[in-house]
Amino acid sequence: MKKTMIQLETLTCPSCIRRIEGTMGKQKGVSSVEVKFNASKVEILYDPSITSSDDLGHTISNLGYKILEIK
Amino acid sequence: MKYLTWTKKHVYILSLSILFLISIVFNKFEQSLIAIALMSVLTILAGYHIFKKAFMDLWYKMIGIDLLVTIAVVAAFIIGDYFEAAAVTYLFTLGHILEKSALEKTRSSLKKLLDLKPSEARRLLDHQEEIVSLDSLNIDDILLVKPGEKIPTDGIIIEGSVLIDEQILTGESVPVEKGIGDGILGSTLLQTGYMKMKVSHVGEDTTLARMIHMVEEAQDKKAKTQKFMEVFSRYYTPLIVILSIVIYFLTKDIRLAITALVIACPGALVIATPVSFVAGIGHAAKKGILFKGGDSIERLAKGNLLFFDKTGTLTQGKPELKKIYTFDYDENELLRIASIGESYSEHPLASAIIDEARRRSLTTHDLPKESELIIGKGVKFKYNNIRYMIGNNKILEFPLKNEVASTIDVFEDMGYTTLIMADPQRVLGLFAIADGLRNHAKKVISEVRSLGIKDIIMLTGDQDRVAKQVSDEVGIKTYHAKLLPEDKANIVKSYQEHHQTIFVGDGINDALALSYATASVAIGGVGKDLAMETADVVLMSEDLSKLSNAIKISKKVKINMFQNIIFALVIVSFLMIGVLFKKVTMSMGMLVHELSVLVVILNAIRLLKHKSKK
Repeated sequence: MKKTMIQLETLTCPSCIRRIEGTMGKQKGVSSVEVKFNASKVEILYDPSITSSDDLGHTISNLGYKILEIK
Repeated sequence: MKYLTWTKKHVYILSLSILFLISIVFNKFEQSLIAIALMSVLTILAGYHIFKKAFMDLWYKMIGIDLLVTIAVVAAFIIGDYFEAAAVTYLFTLGHILEKSALEKTRSSLKKLLDLKPSEARRLLDHQEEIVSLDSLNIDDILLVKPGEKIPTDGIIIEGSVLIDEQILTGESVPVEKGIGDGILGSTLLQTGYMKMKVSHVGEDTTLARMIHMVEEAQDKKAKTQKFMEVFSRYYTPLIVILSIVIYFLTKDIRLAITALVIACPGALVIATPVSFVAGIGHAAKKGILFKGGDSIERLAKGNLLFFDKTGTLTQGKPELKKIYTFDYDENELLRIASIGESYSEHPLASAIIDEARRRSLTTHDLPKESELIIGKGVKFKYNNIRYMIGNNKILEFPLKNEVASTIDVFEDMGYTTLIMADPQRVLGLFAIADGLRNHAKKVISEVRSLGIKDIIMLTGDQDRVAKQVSDEVGIKTYHAKLLPEDKANIVKSYQEHHQTIFVGDGINDALALSYATASVAIGGVGKDLAMETADVVLMSEDLSKLSNAIKISKKVKINMFQNIIFALVIVSFLMIGVLFKKVTMSMGMLVHELSVLVVILNAIRLLKHKSKK
């Protein structure tokens, strides 16, 4: 299991939390997702043999959120 | 929209707005084909990112505001309400852009902290100075810092004596004096002096990084009120969807049904609590007050009984020699010999004597002979072939004379701890030692009383007389003395049933008491990891007056939050009623909705401007 922290541009609508958590939670290899609304960060715990932080970041940007940094 | 740069964003908003204004004009007259084309273009331009998100919502089977707005817009198009469709998408998009920059403002305090971080360091390697980036620093590197520069990272001074401005971390503008062996913190400012330092922490382990991390955690930790609001809004949205379906089947009025959809996201209500907390926590952090979360703010705000730990909280925790009383002996000589005798002792009372001798520049390099430390009594030693003893009366080898005993009594009544110095025959002198009050201690006590704290109680492990003296001096009526740490905890617990308690301590041995109180405050948090972790509220500096600031901020945040919730509730009910009585059109509903979100955020921003007395 690996943990990645993705910094997004300022999140505005709290419904973003559900959209991101809902979507990312359904990705293969992801075991937990937490969106920090006020910090505009997404913390994802994933299995590196199935997915990668870049793939996960790609999915988030597909949802329409700009990524500032992936740690 | 999100991937446009700022200038492009401006052009985007501007062209949308122009299109919108033309649409309004067209809408006043008749619906020509040009008007319809124009409004369609506006809808698509303003709405493509909404539609995209809606598609994502559908794809992942979720109901979000974007999906609802999209349904409403499509329905409006079908029934020929082109203007409404265009207006709703335009207002929704514009609202979001405005909300985003307003929200960024509420979170700006933290960003400012981050921006103040230095980026480079002067590293010394084989007496060669090189400028390196912070990322390449390692523990034990030797760095050089010049006046006016930011200290690159946490470390220890190995050369130089300096004045450091720690305001960024403690909120305290008065510079602190530091010398060899003292710890220094990254991002603080070297005001005067020149120093070499050894790196002790880098990157994420530095105090600033940990503090920022803590503030971030705090801002996203959900308070009770906030959780309730989120549950509420989770059921509210689906409820409105069902309601609008019911409306449609009952009235066959699609316009009414889609209008209900548009107001389905209780945006202002959801955001009402978190924005106030985020603004409050961020603002407090800038002032050197660390709240652990929204719930810490709520709990501190409702406290009505305040416990103070004495040593290190009301007092400085550093005993000072206040008076020397001699019996036919030279005062400086007595102090000099006492200081030599205490050379090996690590007792805080001993350091009070040594510090005073040093302050008077007495020569104390000699070492005592046959030094013997007797715990609970004092120290015996030989100097220049004379035997001396310093301590309480248990260390004496003869009974106390009345004259000496009554002087000791007077000192103890004044709240001093007294050390007796004697040779084998007689008492030579007395040292009266006291732990000085912190600056502002008295002022803070009267300030917190005016902030709704009804009772104040002081707790201490110290002797009764000392406790009485300190509590009289600061103006606290009730105190409990001679307490063990678990006694303090039990006292706090016993008041817990009928009061909302706040415990203020220095976090060193009162962790237990801190955990029993409704809200706990630790003072002097910089560098004290345990205190920073246990307490709800950490005052970063040693300045006690931050306590009344913290309570003030907590109350302001709470009021702000209630204003927001009530405002949001009123708006939501107003919209609902308006929609049901067909007084509110779709675009008007969207306008009011977006405006209410903005009002709530702007109200929270007021918290950032809250001034605290210096």
